[in-house]
Amino acid sequence: MVGWVAGLGRQTVEQFAAFGDFWRFVGRMWSWMPAGVARWRNLRLLMPQFYEVGTRSVPVIMITGTFVGLVLAVQAMDQLANVGLESRMGVLVNLSVIRELGPVLAGVMLAGRVGGALTAELGTMNVTEQIDALRAMGADPIRYLVVPRVLACLLLTPLLTFYCNLMGALGGWVVSVYVFNVPSEPYIAYSRQAIENWDLFYGSVKSLAFGGAIGSIACYKGFTCRFGAEGVARACTEGFVIGFIVILVLDFFLGLGLKTVYDTLYGFRSLL
Amino acid sequence: MTQSVTSRAGDTGTVDRPIIELRNVSKRFGRLVVLDGVSLQLHRGQTTVVIGESGTGKSVLLKHLIGLLKPDSGEVYFDGRRVDRLSPKQWVEVRRRFGMLFQGAALFDSMTAVQNVEFPILEHRSVSPSEARAIAMEKLRMVGLEEFADKKPAQLSGGQRKRVGLARAIALDPEVILYDEPTTGLDPIRADVINELILKLKRELGVTSVVVTHDMASAYKVADRIVMLCDGQFIADGTPDEIRHSTDDRVRRFVEGRADEDELASLRAESPK
Repeated sequence: MVGWVAGLGRQTVEQFAAFGDFWRFVGRMWSWMPAGVARWRNLRLLMPQFYEVGTRSVPVIMITGTFVGLVLAVQAMDQLANVGLESRMGVLVNLSVIRELGPVLAGVMLAGRVGGALTAELGTMNVTEQIDALRAMGADPIRYLVVPRVLACLLLTPLLTFYCNLMGALGGWVVSVYVFNVPSEPYIAYSRQAIENWDLFYGSVKSLAFGGAIGSIACYKGFTCRFGAEGVARACTEGFVIGFIVILVLDFFLGLGLKTVYDTLYGFRSLL
Repeated sequence: MTQSVTSRAGDTGTVDRPIIELRNVSKRFGRLVVLDGVSLQLHRGQTTVVIGESGTGKSVLLKHLIGLLKPDSGEVYFDGRRVDRLSPKQWVEVRRRFGMLFQGAALFDSMTAVQNVEFPILEHRSVSPSEARAIAMEKLRMVGLEEFADKKPAQLSGGQRKRVGLARAIALDPEVILYDEPTTGLDPIRADVINELILKLKRELGVTSVVVTHDMASAYKVADRIVMLCDGQFIADGTPDEIRHSTDDRVRRFVEGRADEDELASLRAESPK
């Protein structure tokens, strides 16, 4: 019993220590951010990351967005048709995608694809002493390795989310108009009425936060993984799980906060 | 009984300040005490070899010299300046004067051999890319690998990767080179090539070298001085000849490659009849 309590205590202390260590890591990363964008020598480290994080994620984001729109339309059609509101399908699909499903599902896909790749890459560099070699040569590994990767995640997650939203809107429209024979003009007209700039801002703030979280967590896990193939694999799994949970938690708190701001500024808005 | 041996630097009769000095350095990982109040002075131009059984903390000691690890207690000095409490940014200036060859060479996989060697040059010197390449090619020539300049690490053998790692370590003409198990994993011929390179760099560049190894053939060949680490303490410190003729049983067993009698007895007891 004493051993069990001692073990639990030790694990708790380790978790708190890791939490503090993570924020020190994030602090050092942010201290290098200005240099990361201001100097050409650092900017050219960014381009390969734009390709890895952005270009190579487009297919999976496209598929994710399309099927989110398709499934939403399929699930909602019967209930809306039952009360004669089929033409409002676009409001439901597009608002859901832009405000919630687009940012969250794009974030989760990127946490798996990009986060996993970043953790594996940096973890392998860690266990083969390449990160120590960087330090030994007087280069800060956070400036050289982490800043370009996190910057790429920060800048490209909102763009990829926008693309996901676009494909979601298109998927919902295709199913509604060509499968369920909803007239296209009212579908688009009601959607235009319902969607405001604030909704786009809302989704963008979330996706920015998700991108920062994905990049930071993935890089931290890579830097601190244990030695060996098992250590790298475990770090990838933990990085994805933690990233996924953080996305859900951030989604809730950001949603609550942004809703409060909107209600304060504009009051209640009816969509029906 | 563990007998701690303090630095023999005073015995050399020199009044030079040591280039590197450890004073009562201790380091533990959890409950494992790796370094237990060790002190060591390293002098300019000397090649010091640190020997010891696997897991005794030789690499941990090496990493303290370049600030990759911080001691739990004690002090580390480089060229008269205390360095164990420097910030990462302050360490940048100090590390320019070091070169380090890691056990697996630690080459950057995404870069070619010449790009690996160019990296510290571009990082710390205001030179054009073509000048950096010229300097890097010169370093690769010194280690006999100029024709492999555009190969990636995955296309090189283990010995070639180590030589590229060595070229990268000397890219900034350092004052001190640290070698972490430079011959581990190499066949005897390739290992001797590395030994010859260590001697060549000492002759031609006048560097101070610290070599961590358990390869006694390499140690005898390159060392001016050998120290042995055991149970967190230095138990031997002398010239290669003095180490070869040491009367300490632990030192003799190590240099002769003899297993401990108790371990052998337990192995024999477990063997089927």
